[in-house]
Amino acid sequence: MAYDYSRFLRNEKLPHIWCPGCTYGIVLKSFIRAIDSLGWDKNEIVVASGIGCCSRLPGYVDFNTLHTTHGRSIAFATGVKIANPKLKVIALGGDGDMTAIGGNHFIHACRRNIDITVLVFNNNIYGMTGAQYSPTTPKGAWATTAPYGMPENNFDVVNLAIGAGASFVARSTAYHATHCEKMIKEALLHKGLSVVEIINACPTGFGRKNKFKSPTSMLLWMKDKAVQKAKADKMSPEELADKLVIGVLHKEEKPEYVESYDATVGLNKGE
Amino acid sequence: MAKNVQFMMGNHAVAEGALYAGCRFYGGYPITPSTEIAERMAERLPQVGGRFIQMEDEIAAMASVIGASLAGAKALTATSGPGFSLKQENLGFAALCEIPVVIVDVMRGGPSTGMPTGPSQSDVMQAKWGTHGDHPIIAVTPASVQEQFNETVRAFNLAEKYRCPVLVLTDAIIGQMMESLVIPEPGELEVIDRLQPDCPPEEYLPYDMDKDINPMPAFGSGYRYHVTGLHHDETGFPTNDPVLHTKNTKRLIEKLEKNYDDIVKVEEFYCDDADILVFAIGVTARSAKDAVLQAREQGIKVGLVRPLTIWPFPDKHLDKLISANNVKGIVVPEMNLGQMKFEVERVAKGRCEVEGLYSLMLDPILPSEILEKIRRFA
Repeated sequence: MAYDYSRFLRNEKLPHIWCPGCTYGIVLKSFIRAIDSLGWDKNEIVVASGIGCCSRLPGYVDFNTLHTTHGRSIAFATGVKIANPKLKVIALGGDGDMTAIGGNHFIHACRRNIDITVLVFNNNIYGMTGAQYSPTTPKGAWATTAPYGMPENNFDVVNLAIGAGASFVARSTAYHATHCEKMIKEALLHKGLSVVEIINACPTGFGRKNKFKSPTSMLLWMKDKAVQKAKADKMSPEELADKLVIGVLHKEEKPEYVESYDATVGLNKGE
Repeated sequence: MAKNVQFMMGNHAVAEGALYAGCRFYGGYPITPSTEIAERMAERLPQVGGRFIQMEDEIAAMASVIGASLAGAKALTATSGPGFSLKQENLGFAALCEIPVVIVDVMRGGPSTGMPTGPSQSDVMQAKWGTHGDHPIIAVTPASVQEQFNETVRAFNLAEKYRCPVLVLTDAIIGQMMESLVIPEPGELEVIDRLQPDCPPEEYLPYDMDKDINPMPAFGSGYRYHVTGLHHDETGFPTNDPVLHTKNTKRLIEKLEKNYDDIVKVEEFYCDDADILVFAIGVTARSAKDAVLQAREQGIKVGLVRPLTIWPFPDKHLDKLISANNVKGIVVPEMNLGQMKFEVERVAKGRCEVEGLYSLMLDPILPSEILEKIRRFA
């Protein structure tokens, strides 16, 4: 029997706003399956987002949902988590949300190691506003604000998160839907700040002008580029130069923010 | 029982007032001359079972208090002019999404970094119009350490009751000075909590447009709903319907207008027979009070109109006094280059002269300066 996603969706709010060929629907399904597999109470789940195409996702899922201002989802989520640490808090956003306008919130949440799961939907472009370059647009790629090619260097979201102190960092892609589900599940189970960078395709904004003939060709690009971590560990830097390593790329146990705070200030709320 | 009297700094009194009102979350960012509020909350919140966080910037601080409020906590942040500018983005979010939060702005000289340690009253208009779009706002204006406490309690009550962000608009002098503060006993001041739904979760509408105030259950309480900074329908989901957008925006503003008598608090000092008025807030009102007393000794019929709520503007109070007393002139002293004066003129509608008295000198406006203006109308 086909998997029943409707149990987690606000079905009356569908269809979603995403373009044909957009991979966000695939990731939404991975996200739902990951949460389902944990058996969590819907009432305890909070999903916060910022502004952009993927930030419309919370509206479609039947949890406590919060669609905030551009880049600020993690800052809102921080307040939610501290006020009620029993809640399972997820903050999601695109590459613009998380690494440009919200970059400050992203790195400081990683540094604090607060128990929030951050999902970065990286499609290398500002999709909603019409294909402007983002901090993850590859150098040389076309964007409406980079008509001669992207002149800037780009961020590696995974390295950024690890450098800032996140205690769980993984990467997956929309093509690897089952793997993506697994990465999200592991991130949700991790105590502390967990980040999953999910490589996505924006055929409308990025693909058409960057030599991807179809949405399918973007998915195949993900398939060709991706190397599982176990395999990547055996490859040389030269072999990995043009590859995208997927899997759990960093994991460590370290004190979680709210627990550390409570211990430091002598607060025992029995939570 | 002996009263609990403490000699306290104005900023600390804000913190104590917040705790009295039930505040259990503070998200802030350091800025002079407001920082003592954060410091006090950092120390005191854990003692009452609350939590404090110093966020990475003012934008995040404002976001964190909204998040905490959605999770059911009464939440406070405090700042000064430059930080207040940064908070405006999410202040608008709180206004549209009807999230109760309290924001303190300890005004200092601007624009920009301006005069960090100098008092000012130049955020009166930023308080009203700082965030974009038509929106509701409530701002209370204490003028003593006792009022820093009491008006902060009232700010929380108004935020909870009307589901609206409420500002405590104070200044560096009131915030930094020390006076005696009588800390009320628990129960002595009213403490209001937000309305909770009495319907089953599946029937709950977060934004019923036919109601002024909707109940606000906390995230995690079993009422699952959607909150968005986009204009939304009664379910909280985005809509592009211009009719609904108009209806909702008007509803947000009208819910305050309809409750003017409950929200707008004004002290009328020697106003009964006054045909000259002084209109002043905060530290300037203290000088104005002295000026009024001196003028009365000289036989001048002058009174002070001192709003403890500057937004919504005390139109009704002022309008009634101008008509009833056949007022000749109004003096508006303020520590800026004229912000409240134009609001007073708007209400006066040409019935009397309105004269501003402005100062950027960082010292309070002196009673003698105000007296001089009063005498011109006498």
